[in-house]
Amino acid sequence: MRDVAIISFAQHASRCEETRNEVEILLPVVREALAPTGLTSQDMGFTVSGSSDYLAGQSFAFVSALDAVGPWPPISESHVEMDGAFALYEAWVRLQHGDIDTALVYAFGKSSPGDVARVLSLQLEPYVLGPLWPDAVSLAALQARALLDGGSVSEKDLARVVARSRRNALTNPHAQLSGDYDEASLLDEPLYADPLRRHDLPPIGDGAAVVVLVAGDRARDLCEKPVWIRGIDHRIDIQSPGARDLTTSPSTRLAGQKAGLTPDVDIAELHAPFSHQELILIEALGLDETRTNINPSGGALASNPVMVAGLVRIGEAATRIAAGEGRTAVAHATSGPLLQQNLVCVLEGDS
Amino acid sequence: MSDTSSASAEPITGIVTPIRLDYRYTPGTAASQFLRSIKEGKLRGRRCPSCSKVYLPPRGGCPMCGVEFGEEVEVKDTGTMVTYAVVNVNFANRAVDLPYVTAEVAFDGSDTTTMVLLKGVTPEEARMGMRVKAHWLPESEWDYSLANIDYVEPLDEPDADYESYREMV
Repeated sequence: MRDVAIISFAQHASRCEETRNEVEILLPVVREALAPTGLTSQDMGFTVSGSSDYLAGQSFAFVSALDAVGPWPPISESHVEMDGAFALYEAWVRLQHGDIDTALVYAFGKSSPGDVARVLSLQLEPYVLGPLWPDAVSLAALQARALLDGGSVSEKDLARVVARSRRNALTNPHAQLSGDYDEASLLDEPLYADPLRRHDLPPIGDGAAVVVLVAGDRARDLCEKPVWIRGIDHRIDIQSPGARDLTTSPSTRLAGQKAGLTPDVDIAELHAPFSHQELILIEALGLDETRTNINPSGGALASNPVMVAGLVRIGEAATRIAAGEGRTAVAHATSGPLLQQNLVCVLEGDS
Repeated sequence: MSDTSSASAEPITGIVTPIRLDYRYTPGTAASQFLRSIKEGKLRGRRCPSCSKVYLPPRGGCPMCGVEFGEEVEVKDTGTMVTYAVVNVNFANRAVDLPYVTAEVAFDGSDTTTMVLLKGVTPEEARMGMRVKAHWLPESEWDYSLANIDYVEPLDEPDADYESYREMV
């Protein structure tokens, strides 16, 4: 495998973009990510984006988003109708071909214009479950109920996840939700979608994220502290939530194994939009909360621009390695209903 | 629940599952400014600070250069028809007599074209390079819409030189 490094990352997230459209949100983020590299978007061997036209309510919205990278003269580009983390996977595969050294990955999403919990219903199969329009929050509550009924997890554990997320997010300027909360007062809050409370849900937010990938020695030429992708893999579970055990995530476990994840990892950025899902992921990845710093950014519970939040996990993990907060990290991204598809990326800094 | 007759039942070849999603659409900062100005009967584009081209209406950013737009630029409601199509088949909801001419017009001061209806000439008389002028709806009907320009009609001017609009064809 060819060594590929993250040499730059930039992000933007906010509660609701009242005036800017997707391209206007993306443009400054692309510029911010490119600036320290000395590269332009025209220098990129490959450009790939992740987004969902359902969020914008506009077909081929991802095509007009290309305006943000100035695709003239024509560039080599691609798109996935998924979180940007899966676009990063495509870029990593493309870089393995060996004929190009640079790739630009971007993700964007405005969740605020529509009812995102309903929009996400369209991820379900369209024949039996989809027509019932179970919204994303209600489905998550079913999963949380199954987990609690299994007995290995209590409501107190959910509150612990939320308290940690809010606390960690205090130092994250991109977080929409942060603060010092104790578990007991969180549990005093009323139920919202039984057994979930409002704080077990992610905030609805708009945002964009950009990652620059460079292969081999060129990464060291362009960046003082490149962060290397040591393993990356994504796997998928059966689509119908009624046909699988919602309390575990076999696809996450398998992706972690294939990506070469070891339990001694320093930092974990997990894409868990609902509090209970973080517990499912920690178990599936075999992480030890006393050993690994879990979601130091606050994770998706603090900021969850849909289609962006997964790529942000990879960017956050890389940024922390570059800043010396750890030597190794695991970043996870999810797509589809109830952790259906999962990507695991193992990162390491130069020792 | 078992259905012993299913083997002989008619196959299901399709189902209808109604979908409705409501959105609060945001056209963006630059396009919003365009829509506010056209409500006032003015055409205002934006200039790219990198390539100097003026876009009407402005998009999110310059699609050639990948940068945010710069200054607002007043664009005239006279222009050049850089190309056109004669339409012989009607679309639903289009209350126009056939055949009609759909024009791509570069309004003076803009480097992009806008699609509008051409009236005042027969399809045989339409030609590339024709100089045209916007015919606006009555002011009382102006909305946040390019449809405020009902159509364009010919100006009594010599045709524009092909070189002046070649890049937009």
